[in-house]
Amino acid sequence: MKKKIGLIVNPVAGMGGRVGLKGSDGKKIHKMALALGAVPVSPKRTCEALNVLSGIQTKIELFTYPAEMGQDEAVLCGLSPNVIGSIQKGKTTPGDTIKAARDLEKTGVDLLVFTGGDGTARNIYDAVSDRLTVIGIPGGVKIHSGVYAANPVKAARLIIDFVTSPSKIALQTAEVMDIDEEMVRQDKVSAKLYGYMKIPYERGLNQSSKAGSNPKDEMFQDEIALDVIHNMDPKVIYLVSAGTTTKAIMDKLKLEGTLLGIDAVKNKQLISADLNESAILQLLAREPETPFNIITTVIGRQGYIFGRGNQQISPAVIRRVGKENVIVIATINKILSLNQEPFLVDTGDPELDKELEGYIRVTTGFGKQHIYNVSS
Amino acid sequence: MKGIKLKKYHAPKYDEPLIMEIGVDGRRGIMVPQVDKEIDDTVGTLEDLIPAKSQRKKAPALPEIDQYHTLMHFLRLSQMTLGMETGIDIGEGTCTMKYSPKVNEELVRSPQMAEVHPLQPEKTLQGILEIAYELRNYLKAISGMDEFCFQTGGGAHATYINACITRKYFQERGELGTRNEVITTQFTHPCNAATPSTAGFRVIILPHKNGYPDLDALKSVVSERTAAIHMTNPEDTGLYNPVVDEFTKAVHDAGGLCFYDQANANGIMSVARAREAGFDACHFNLHKTFSSPHGCEGPAAGAYGCTEALAAYLPVPVVTKLSDAYHLDFDRPKSIGKVRSFYGNLPAVLRAYAWIRSMGPKGIKTTAEISILNNQYLEHLLSQIDGISYPYAEGKPRFEQIRYSMAKLKEETGLGSHEIQNRIVDFGIQSYWLSHHPYVVPEPFTPEPCETYSKEDIEYWATAIEQACKEARETPEIIESAPHNQAIHQIKDFSQAEDADRWAITWRAYKKKTKK
Amino acid sequence: MKENDFIHPYIPNSVPEVRDEMLRAVGLKSVYDVYSEIPERLRFKGVLDIPEAIQSEYALKRHVEQVLGKNKTCREYLNFLGAGCWQHYVPAVVDEIVNRSEFLTAYCGANYSDVGKYQARFEFNSLMAELLDIDAVSNPIYDWGDAAGRAIRMASRITGRNEVLVPKLTCPDRLGEIRQLCQLEEMSNAIAVILVAHDPETGLLDLNDLNTKLSDATAAVYYETPSYLGLIEDQGEEITRMAHKKGALSIGGVDPISLGILCPPGSYGADLIVGDLQPLGVHMSAGGGQSGFIAFRDEEIFIAECPLEIYSIMDTVEEGEYAFAEVRSDRTSYGSRDKGKDWVGTASGLWTIASAVYLSLMGPKGMKEIGEVIIKNSKYTQNLISSLPGVSIKFSQPHFKEFLVDFSASGKTIAQINAALLQEKIFGGKDISGEYPELGECALFCVTEIHTKEDLNRLYLALKEIV
Ligand SMILES: Cc1ncc(COP(=O)(O)O)c(C=O)c1O
Repeated sequence: MKKKIGLIVNPVAGMGGRVGLKGSDGKKIHKMALALGAVPVSPKRTCEALNVLSGIQTKIELFTYPAEMGQDEAVLCGLSPNVIGSIQKGKTTPGDTIKAARDLEKTGVDLLVFTGGDGTARNIYDAVSDRLTVIGIPGGVKIHSGVYAANPVKAARLIIDFVTSPSKIALQTAEVMDIDEEMVRQDKVSAKLYGYMKIPYERGLNQSSKAGSNPKDEMFQDEIALDVIHNMDPKVIYLVSAGTTTKAIMDKLKLEGTLLGIDAVKNKQLISADLNESAILQLLAREPETPFNIITTVIGRQGYIFGRGNQQISPAVIRRVGKENVIVIATINKILSLNQEPFLVDTGDPELDKELEGYIRVTTGFGKQHIYNVSS
Repeated sequence: MKGIKLKKYHAPKYDEPLIMEIGVDGRRGIMVPQVDKEIDDTVGTLEDLIPAKSQRKKAPALPEIDQYHTLMHFLRLSQMTLGMETGIDIGEGTCTMKYSPKVNEELVRSPQMAEVHPLQPEKTLQGILEIAYELRNYLKAISGMDEFCFQTGGGAHATYINACITRKYFQERGELGTRNEVITTQFTHPCNAATPSTAGFRVIILPHKNGYPDLDALKSVVSERTAAIHMTNPEDTGLYNPVVDEFTKAVHDAGGLCFYDQANANGIMSVARAREAGFDACHFNLHKTFSSPHGCEGPAAGAYGCTEALAAYLPVPVVTKLSDAYHLDFDRPKSIGKVRSFYGNLPAVLRAYAWIRSMGPKGIKTTAEISILNNQYLEHLLSQIDGISYPYAEGKPRFEQIRYSMAKLKEETGLGSHEIQNRIVDFGIQSYWLSHHPYVVPEPFTPEPCETYSKEDIEYWATAIEQACKEARETPEIIESAPHNQAIHQIKDFSQAEDADRWAITWRAYKKKTKK
Repeated sequence: MKENDFIHPYIPNSVPEVRDEMLRAVGLKSVYDVYSEIPERLRFKGVLDIPEAIQSEYALKRHVEQVLGKNKTCREYLNFLGAGCWQHYVPAVVDEIVNRSEFLTAYCGANYSDVGKYQARFEFNSLMAELLDIDAVSNPIYDWGDAAGRAIRMASRITGRNEVLVPKLTCPDRLGEIRQLCQLEEMSNAIAVILVAHDPETGLLDLNDLNTKLSDATAAVYYETPSYLGLIEDQGEEITRMAHKKGALSIGGVDPISLGILCPPGSYGADLIVGDLQPLGVHMSAGGGQSGFIAFRDEEIFIAECPLEIYSIMDTVEEGEYAFAEVRSDRTSYGSRDKGKDWVGTASGLWTIASAVYLSLMGPKGMKEIGEVIIKNSKYTQNLISSLPGVSIKFSQPHFKEFLVDFSASGKTIAQINAALLQEKIFGGKDISGEYPELGECALFCVTEIHTKEDLNRLYLALKEIV
């Protein structure tokens, strides 16, 4: 049976970068970018991926939106897509991306491919949440979201394996993140974690007897959670940061934790959920005698452990808890995906960032820690 | 490669049924000695001899086959196995697939080895004890350690023993409560993480810096919690860590022990030793460096050596010599106790002994040198192939093996080391081994052309890789559907082995699941 | 040939011309350009203290044979030693197959190039499954004791519990291996090994003691049949039921050569079965032929917690073809409750092929007959020996092939008796007076199908002279 693949191109993604604008979301910025002579990057990126896909043409049914939102790119690459929906050519909006994602979901696509940046990922997430398996072709300027492949060809390879050798593929969750672009243009970075979607990744299933395969992320998350719980001290209040890896701890403890928020746990009980910075500071003030630990994980493609997706844990919070009381957890796959690049911190307090630099222990399994470098 | 012609190989293809599917009721493969009439008359029937609850009611559903066809079946299976001796086994790196001399096999099969019971009185075991004792001396020379034992059933078992000895050592010092961490490195064999973990330690894994284990990371992590480091050198990458003694020093300064996984010491024998690098213990795989055959994954043997300071903790018994006789010394009060029944795999000890005697000091040196040279030569050939590279420490030579990457090939063709692996066996060479997990090096493969392989073998092997890479670009369907010249075709769907409803580990489970 | 050149038949490129040509090709003067990575301070200087090479194959063989010749063998001597390594006949076809170069020298290979090896392994699993009456069998590990330890660790992970009950009369070496794997109690994930007493009369597991020791903390009950001392433990079903009632697993240890006539633990619901493959076609080789197998229920939780390799039969793109691949290859790092994970390594794979050939040759009739001849020879010997004054068979429960002979009343020590037997070219039973002093002067004798009536009578007559 043919696999149904959906394709959405955000035709204006990636315009801002070359002309020095950080992102291209929003009408005004888009106009500014065009005025500055920006050319859209995402159609080209899309074609880089689609060209590779031509080899499996007969095994897929491609569904896409009209004109520059997918049809043009697909036709240019010699594919014959089923085109649905309608747009106003040359005047597409984020609303079109959302509509396209909803429509494609209705056609029952097995995999939704989209090109764009963090804003596009967010739109897709808003439309279909984590119901669909997706993969992003990076076309945006600055990408924090983990739902994007490293480059268009890698995205295409994943799609091919997804179609032709499903047993080589497993699914993992990846972040949808976005920076408030207005703040960036004022040179203030503040990336927010919006949610998680399911993406395919290559498992490297092996055949010979001595080598295994890349274990699924959930297994490691499970093991990591067991390790953290095993070592929990009943006197300590744990501030559990955002992410699926940290959420696994809450699940294991059968606590109603939040995926995107900061939760406080003591003696394996939830004492409060989804705390913002001031709520955390209040809690710290209320419990001057109590030792605190922060449990954080790597968020986003670049490997942030502080400053992206968990800004609630502010410099003041980290200082009060103490650097030595930060527990970092991450799956091996996540660490490997960083390609040797260090973990990053960007708390907004450069001095604190410097203090957080250096080697840290990362819990990667039950009774297992990797040593990894942190940089700011 | 110019001038090398790949063989028109095809594996024997018999469409051989499973043994469970052949046979006819009543046929016999062998007759066993019958009960003597007089005995039968005096002892009573099986019903008299076995308590009712323990009598087997239903005979096991084993096949009934005559002898000739039993032999034929298994001979066919053997022919459907490329093994090492017909298959230029350069590809199974870190495993040192060297030639296992046939004369050693004859010795192992002699009644003086095969028909010996381990519990015989010591004075009737003097031959094999002498051999074990002498091998101990040779390995002492090769490693610089003070004592050896041969109990462990494999390399990983030897690393486990090290964890057990570490446990006991710190228990004696009353420090076991605090010293609960064992450190290892990213490119050390994973058993060095798994065995301390089994022994109850927490395991810390050091990252690498440009392919070398990161010394600064080690320094940041050693503490009063450090029980030991387990590391190897050269690592899987083939890179030699020139500051290995600073690693052992940092751990010793923190009060920990240092263990050297020398499962494959092939490239550095008589050039560098565990002692000079500051290790307290090490192990050799007798089934690698010392030529004992791999036997479809065993029987194997790990030879574990240590310094005087740890010798008291060795598992019992240790072979000793008093005046002219050899002894099994069980009277070692600090010993960690038993780790394997009897005295380990003594046939492997015998083979290692015979191999070393056949080599002498010069031969061992030549072994190491040629294994290094062979690897340089293979590297020279493989680096000319588009799509293959190896990461880290550019310009630094690799020792006896290299972890290569087909990442570029994969990026350009969608076909990587998994797919190429299926194809090279079509040229009559053994499949290569990729890497331990996780794949830190993407699309990995790790050949080790040890001293057994000739220049021509290495050229042939590189040509097979070259051909497969060429096909990946020009006729990818050949790679995608490989193998083509094997006894069977490509496996349909690997997820079958992931799904409890579809996997079948035995024939009876298969019949239940497929309703046959 | 220069003085320093050393051409060896095992090293094709040791020929100077070849070596130099390769050096030229790679642009090195010598391999010491590579070794220069090793700093001076780490270099070994000088020549290894190892005897000079015996280069002629003939001379090497002569030399080793001469040393090995100092061993006495169980061909020259009449052997009654067992205790975990047993003298059984190894059929010629078994030797022919395991000595095939392809099997002997294969290692991990892969699905296609070594498919014959994988098929043989799958057949081993399938044959053992029939013998044990259970659906899943994994790759074997080093020996019985190690297999028992691994099974206990599996049970502990599966149940999340930290105690195991083990018969007090377990082979001390085996118990030592189990303890090594269950760890020192200081370790956070230790499993406590609690010994269960035996009935002093029968030698069987004392079910009252078992009952008091079974608790909500019990991960598994381990028992053996035949036991270390050769007794047919016929309470397996009851033990299994008691374990299950407390939510614990039941682990049966067996000598597989008994299973043509003895009931396999799988048939009454044991969860895991372990034992040694050595009796099924592997030479004793001074203990080098041991191989510990583990079998278990074909349920996901057992597979998930098994640290060893497991293979499944697989479909290929060609209808009707068999292939084989590892099951759940990521399982060894599966979330392992609160226990550390075990390891897997090169262990004893060749002996799966020996056992597969052995069981195929024997078939159901062969297995029944061999069980029968062993138990009858053994009983005959027990009758003979116990007729001697001051000599008795310890424990009333029937035995399979091994039995404990109590010489206490003879006034002689086992050491004296065995020394005298040795004079008669007989290896007497294993002296266990050091292991279990409370049992008195006892020796564990092993009688198998290799013994003729004349052999057994010879033992009897020799003992008659001695006691
Ligand atoms: C470096 C190293 N250490 C340990 C081992 C484990 O040895 P074994 O397979 O005998 O357990 C190996 C073998 O793969 C190895 O290459």
